[in-house]
Amino acid sequence: MNFWLLLVIKVVVILGVVLPAALVVIYIELKVPARMQSRIGPYFAGGKYGWAQPLADGLKFLQKEDLVPDAADSSVYKLAPYVVLMGTVGTFVIIPFGPDLVARDLDLGIFYLLAISSLSTLGVLMAGWSSGNKYSLIGGLRAAAQLIAYELPLVLAVVGVAIQAQTLSLNGIVDAQASWEWFGSSPEWLNIVPPYLILQIVGFVIFATASLAELSRIPFDMPIAESELTMGYLTEYSGLRFTMFFLGEYAGMVSLAAVASTLFLGGYWLPWVGDDVLNVLGPGVLLTKVLLLSFIFIWLRWTFPRLREDQLQTMAWKWLIPASLANILATGLLKVVF
Amino acid sequence: MVAVTAGDWFSTPENYVFLAIALPLVFAGWRVVTSSNVVHAVLYLVGALGGSAALFLLLGAEFVAWAVVLVYIGAVVVLFLFGIMITRAPIGVEVELSHPLRVRISAALVSGALFVLIAIAALTAFGSESIPEAEVTRTADIGQSIFERFVIPFEVVSVVLLAALVGGIVIARRDPSPEEIAAGKETL
Repeated sequence: MNFWLLLVIKVVVILGVVLPAALVVIYIELKVPARMQSRIGPYFAGGKYGWAQPLADGLKFLQKEDLVPDAADSSVYKLAPYVVLMGTVGTFVIIPFGPDLVARDLDLGIFYLLAISSLSTLGVLMAGWSSGNKYSLIGGLRAAAQLIAYELPLVLAVVGVAIQAQTLSLNGIVDAQASWEWFGSSPEWLNIVPPYLILQIVGFVIFATASLAELSRIPFDMPIAESELTMGYLTEYSGLRFTMFFLGEYAGMVSLAAVASTLFLGGYWLPWVGDDVLNVLGPGVLLTKVLLLSFIFIWLRWTFPRLREDQLQTMAWKWLIPASLANILATGLLKVVF
Repeated sequence: MVAVTAGDWFSTPENYVFLAIALPLVFAGWRVVTSSNVVHAVLYLVGALGGSAALFLLLGAEFVAWAVVLVYIGAVVVLFLFGIMITRAPIGVEVELSHPLRVRISAALVSGALFVLIAIAALTAFGSESIPEAEVTRTADIGQSIFERFVIPFEVVSVVLLAALVGGIVIARRDPSPEEIAAGKETL
């Protein structure tokens, strides 16, 4: 097929998956905490269960005026949301929804993913600086400090998986989890196929914690701590550009959950079926895992209080990074020994 | 080794892609040194680095391209911005960055001389040699060559970097005076 036509189709399909998934996660974010707090939550929009609330919110934001403050550096201010969104949507290029359902199965898969998602940090700093507002600047700085600190354990946690799977390609990692190997030997007497959730449990915990921090969600929401910074780097944004940040945040949650599902939970794979069936059922399997992880993220948000800035940095540098280094060492040793 | 004629140049689609990357890249590089706002200069630097990453992609060096994005844009530039913003970063034109004419002329001379030097070196080394059809380098091959053939240089470089890191801390850290230690203020 024509290269450009294929490209357009892939972009449309990716957006067609990412945006609805983000809307569903926003709906969960409205409904689940309501349940946890003995409220009803949205119930009016759409007729039943308030299912259309995220759409209604989106339409409301689109109608609002897109303000640029007088003190702002307008070109940087206007560009920032696109940079953040680019870093988030770019990750979906390599997430496999089935053996053949992947926009591009890059040979250096995870490496690309870490590179493209580091662009979001840049966008956040741009937004914080260009708003011309002290709350925004402090929020942007806190966000950058946090993203730098938690990028490291995120990367190091992934290294354990890469060593175990002996590949960086995400399709390869799913295949490795579907095969009968643990650390090179094949324990046939066990007769189960464990996803890396079990073999790389330390890595998974570190990855999930660092993901929460990358998303700036409670308990890691110092950058947008409402009670002291209004809304951090988002303070001055309104209308369409605010919507982009907002969607970007939830799309980011979907993308990190999808990456975690692929790396640690077996991705699209199902036992006892062939590739043809997997191409049909795969997206459903992966999205189920994504929603499950999103639910856990939301659950944590409404369970833990916010960490103080120094506690947050201590956790990254003194606990998560040494733990992930130890994890790499242990994985490497086991891989060599068996 | 056939000399490239103009007709060949226009019939190769890669050359158009190269132009589409290289022209914005040159513009971004120009703006890095001419911007009168230090944050804008850093953001143009992002553009320049992104362009060089795109050139590496064009050459089939995927790993190097994404390493540029991860290390330079994702870490170095972010630390630049972080450092600028935590000290001072006014919005608008900065007077300190507007240099007098003689400084500009000497800077232009130096960079022009550097350009000529590198251009001569590149032309003498490669001349009209054309690059064979670029194939995407496999990441596994890169890993193999680093950890087998070049393992000793690799380790040496990592030790040098570690030494630089320790040196940086030693230089930046102010040791407390004996009085401060006596007063119990030995922490920074």
